[in-house]
Amino acid sequence: MQKTALYKALGVAFGAFLVTACANNGDLEEGAGSAMTATEQQATEATESATTAVESASLQGQSLASDATNAAQQALLDITTFYFDFDQSSIKSESRAALSAHGAYLAANAGAKVVLEGHADERGTPEYNIALGERRAIAVRDFLLLKGASASQIKVVSFGEEKPAAMGDSESAWSKNRRVEIKYQSR
Amino acid sequence: MVNRVVVMLLLWVSCVAQAELVIEVTQGRQSALPIAVVPFEWTGALALPEDISAIVNNDLGSSGYFRTLDPALMLDKPVYPAEVAYVDWQRLKQDYIVVGRISPAEQGYAVEFHVLDVHSQLELVHHRVKGNGNQLRDLAHYISDFIFKELTGIPGVFSTKMVYVTTNRERSRFNLNFADADGAREQLIFRSDEPILSPAWSPDGQKVAYVSFENGQSEIFFQELATGKREKVVAFDGSNSAPSFSPDGTRLAFVHSSSGNPDIYVMDLNTRQTQRLTKHYGIDTEPQWMADGRHILFTSSRAGGPQIYKLDSVDRSVSRVTFEGRYNARARMTADGRKMVFVHGNGDRFHIASQDMESGRVRILSRDTNLDESPSVAPNGSMVIYAATEKERSILAAVSVDGEVKFRLPSRYGDVREPAWSPILN
Repeated sequence: MQKTALYKALGVAFGAFLVTACANNGDLEEGAGSAMTATEQQATEATESATTAVESASLQGQSLASDATNAAQQALLDITTFYFDFDQSSIKSESRAALSAHGAYLAANAGAKVVLEGHADERGTPEYNIALGERRAIAVRDFLLLKGASASQIKVVSFGEEKPAAMGDSESAWSKNRRVEIKYQSR
Repeated sequence: MVNRVVVMLLLWVSCVAQAELVIEVTQGRQSALPIAVVPFEWTGALALPEDISAIVNNDLGSSGYFRTLDPALMLDKPVYPAEVAYVDWQRLKQDYIVVGRISPAEQGYAVEFHVLDVHSQLELVHHRVKGNGNQLRDLAHYISDFIFKELTGIPGVFSTKMVYVTTNRERSRFNLNFADADGAREQLIFRSDEPILSPAWSPDGQKVAYVSFENGQSEIFFQELATGKREKVVAFDGSNSAPSFSPDGTRLAFVHSSSGNPDIYVMDLNTRQTQRLTKHYGIDTEPQWMADGRHILFTSSRAGGPQIYKLDSVDRSVSRVTFEGRYNARARMTADGRKMVFVHGNGDRFHIASQDMESGRVRILSRDTNLDESPSVAPNGSMVIYAATEKERSILAAVSVDGEVKFRLPSRYGDVREPAWSPILN
């Protein structure tokens, strides 16, 4: 019993020594310390990209093409406008189900063609907003490609802030204008 | 009855087609010079279609450098220097007085005018200028430029032009318009059902470049102003936008993006060879040549949000120029190269700001308008014209680079956007 307590105390002390030694190392050799940090960052990034890959693999596993004809899928296909946050081009989680349905539809219908129209709200400069609208449309395109659509089925055009869906200078109008519209050229 | 309907229809059509911009000065300079432009004498038989001295009066007043005197308050209307009773003008607290006469000349008009110093009682200017029958407004702007240069030492820009885009509420019609710098004599030079943006003048003032979506994607066109001749110049697959002529007019900087990665390119306008200048995963856009013909200012999201950077077109090195605030974009330089004017965003507020290129000091110029964009600097570096949002409509407004003078150019119809001020034209 006493022995155990002693070992424990020793263990704690040894652990503390190790921590101190490590900290000392970092203090003494700044270069080595920051190199370690960089390695840590790389490790984190690697983990992050691995996570993304796993996610995409699991998403690919849900074979939507097979039941793309049912009513629920049809309802999803009726959703053709997808919204974005200010100065952002990442696809919102609420857009994923409908976009997956469009991707599956394109994959199942090789003759179908779409134009993805990217838009931005009126804040900021017209040219930067052209770029932002294009980024949004490209994000949608990449998502559709991931779902099995082919690049030749998709054309991207950005109108920036030139064609707002709603007029007005408040967030309620702006949130409707930061969007990508899927327009079918042929079904 | 039918005639009346036709006339009303014509009036309506002209209203729809024209923005009809009229300058409203909202803030003048504290140190504005008091000047009295006495109505010029006209010795011809029929009334003149334009009131030259009233246009001169309006030009000088709207510049913010002068405080003009309402002719109704004048005690006397002299037309020759010898007729000027200086004591009266001193009592009216005037520094300068302009008198003149318009006479019929061969196929047009001749204007002779004098600028007199009320205090020293000296004649500073005695000048004569002729123009043809359609040039009354040109004659007036010439006189304004002459007086402005003489009294301020700065070249006047009253004879310059601007191009801008007007649209309807539904965004189903886009007009590229050409007008005098005071908004008068607007002409529609290109019309489309699809967006038009980013008009840019060639340095010689002979043509404008702009982005048009008429073919379903953004492409860059040139249009000769004298002939209306159009040419499609940049139409690579993807997006092509933000044209900017080099100071010598031989190269065009622009933005091209094929897969969501816009970068800055330069085209040699003689050989039509294109070079890519930036290669970054961020958004690179809005290139603007600096006066040295080597450096290009541009907007990039490479640090997260949009900031302004300077690119060396020879060695391709890039350095960051703006650091204050989260949104800085669309840089334009003043003619003397001392100040950069740009869009500065903070939360939901977007204003025109200037940055001193030496000290880096930033100053917001346009606090009383919002969602400001598309600044374009007058060729003499005095004023910046820009688009702002007012009551859910887009209007043009202007502010002096020192922030002291402000005016608006509201239109009666639709939205007015994307102004581009011409170079000084000869």
